[in-house]
Amino acid sequence: MPAVQELEDAYERYVLGNEDGFVDEFRRRLRDFGGRPTPLQRADRLSERLGCEVYLKREDLVHGGAHKLNNALGQVLLAKYMGKERIVAETGAGQHGTATAMAAAHLDMPCEVYMGTRDIQRQRPNVFRMRLNGSEVNPVSAGRGTLKEAINETMRDWATNVEDTHYVIGSVVGPHPFPEMVRTFQSVISEEAREQVREKAGRLPDSVVACAGGGSNTMGAFHEFVGDDEVSLFAVEAGGSSLAVDEEIGVAPNSASLSTGTEGVLHGARTKLLQDSDGNVVESHSVSSGLDYAGVGPELAHLVDTARVTPVNVDDDAALSAFHLLSQEEGIIPALESAHAVAFARANPEQLGELTVINVSGRGDKDLESVIEETEKRELENAPSMDVFGRAAGDGGGI
Amino acid sequence: MSLEDAFDEPAFVPYLCVGDPSVERTREYVEALVRGGADVLELGLPFSEPIAEGPTIQGSVVRALEAGVTPEVYLDFVSSLDVDVPIVCMTYYNLLYQYGDSDGPEAFVARAAEVGISGFVIPDLPAEEAGPLRDACDEHGLDLVFIVAPTTEGERLERMVELSSGYLYVQARMGVTGAKADVSDQTGESLAKVSQYDIPKAVGFGVSSGDQARRIVEAGADGVIVGSALVDIVAEHGDADGDDVPERLEAMARELSEGVAAGAENMAKPEGQ
Repeated sequence: MPAVQELEDAYERYVLGNEDGFVDEFRRRLRDFGGRPTPLQRADRLSERLGCEVYLKREDLVHGGAHKLNNALGQVLLAKYMGKERIVAETGAGQHGTATAMAAAHLDMPCEVYMGTRDIQRQRPNVFRMRLNGSEVNPVSAGRGTLKEAINETMRDWATNVEDTHYVIGSVVGPHPFPEMVRTFQSVISEEAREQVREKAGRLPDSVVACAGGGSNTMGAFHEFVGDDEVSLFAVEAGGSSLAVDEEIGVAPNSASLSTGTEGVLHGARTKLLQDSDGNVVESHSVSSGLDYAGVGPELAHLVDTARVTPVNVDDDAALSAFHLLSQEEGIIPALESAHAVAFARANPEQLGELTVINVSGRGDKDLESVIEETEKRELENAPSMDVFGRAAGDGGGI
Repeated sequence: MSLEDAFDEPAFVPYLCVGDPSVERTREYVEALVRGGADVLELGLPFSEPIAEGPTIQGSVVRALEAGVTPEVYLDFVSSLDVDVPIVCMTYYNLLYQYGDSDGPEAFVARAAEVGISGFVIPDLPAEEAGPLRDACDEHGLDLVFIVAPTTEGERLERMVELSSGYLYVQARMGVTGAKADVSDQTGESLAKVSQYDIPKAVGFGVSSGDQARRIVEAGADGVIVGSALVDIVAEHGDADGDDVPERLEAMARELSEGVAAGAENMAKPEGQ
């Protein structure tokens, strides 16, 4: 816990107090290295289809392909200001690990990333990207080999090496000050979006839609709108294959902790969890490994409790279908996480009002292997024919 | 016997997770540890996210969960134990928090007091959030033990000591649980840091031999906590249907408790022995 205290002090001094010009350097690096600000793009065909004005906040265009860099760059820079010499991180889908590896390479810090063995299989390109950037990737085989186990392992590393190491938590989870700090780094999303939507549409949106796993892009996209009571905020969770929990085998075939979870204590925070009646955390599931986490950020859980944020969920099929829809209609291949947000908007246009902002939290290149595999198993509206793979193989590899 | 009284003489405190590999085998193991000289027992209640544990105890926790150990099974087990030493429940906060119908740890503490538990070690409970559990422990006459890390100092250390009763769990080195070949040189520094406080100090994390136990007591500890070295024996030789683990555990416990006793004896001698 002294480590948490040390971090809290540093957060207050550098991030909140701009000591030594931290915030100025962070903003400069976000712009020059990270590619900010990202555009707020009117989605013409989606607007036509849904019958309302749809704007997409293009976090997929941040360097590395996801909003994750906002936080990773902030934390690695903070670690530098704190005099730390080593970075550890955990990753689920690999986007946070990739962003951290990039930030660490950019700022010349050695970095080790813990990742579940199952996620390593699902996200091979991201694993390679981390390695390309000079980071070590440590496989975690405990449990189902996903994000929850990787977080446990990273906490152990941090507890062992805390004097020279900073743990870059990937979402608005964990002990204070992590949830608040990550939200602060991510709130650049809503800061920009709020300004951009006023500029483009002359007013605030009626709704903002963002997917929620741990909740970092959600909190980032919502934060500057929380005080605008007229703006509805929808946190879209992974409904997976079912919302029920199988206590017998300790598995929830979803990651909908805001929609179906109960209050509990995990990883140093009191929040909503997928847990059994004894309080043991159950395994979660989503076709999107980036949403596959049994907890959620405590501030987001609080905003749901106080009815400021509406938790909703869509299942794996709807998310996959929306993945294909956005790819075809707008030429944007979204992360499977982001596809959940699009899927909700698509299925519930009447809840969006006349003008909505959907946060496209990341790009979908990392998910292509999963999408190919999952699309082959299903009949999905908007999906391209999968025959091409069979024919290419039959032709002896010629294209 | 109260927990604090158990530390009148330097104490040997073994840890096992209840239910690894079965509840009934744990009973035999625990009895063997007491025969070998245990003065206090730390009994783990398995939780799905044991973040303070290294691979050895994590494995034990997973096996115990697979064997079906719930808080209720654990409490019934403790209730049925017939041993003459104080029992400390080591677990994680969410299990206490969720127990019974209302949120909060009081229901669990009440039931723990009923079955004869003397205190708690909750590694993921920060001192800042410990008020409700401390109050419940006071109400039911139980102790609450905090773990002091090598990096704990200043106001936080003061606060932790203020909240602690029974004993202080002094972490011998940074990191998570796990047996080590040698005692960390952080141990002496850690003990010196808490020497001024009037509460027994038990050192854990990495202790695996009688010789280490002796040296820890010589360095000023009032007790030595050993988990992973014992769990290693269970992991390697344990069998839900029958095994020689009780004999092995008893022998290991004897070595460790003799190490503690030898350390106490050396302490009693004048400096420069």
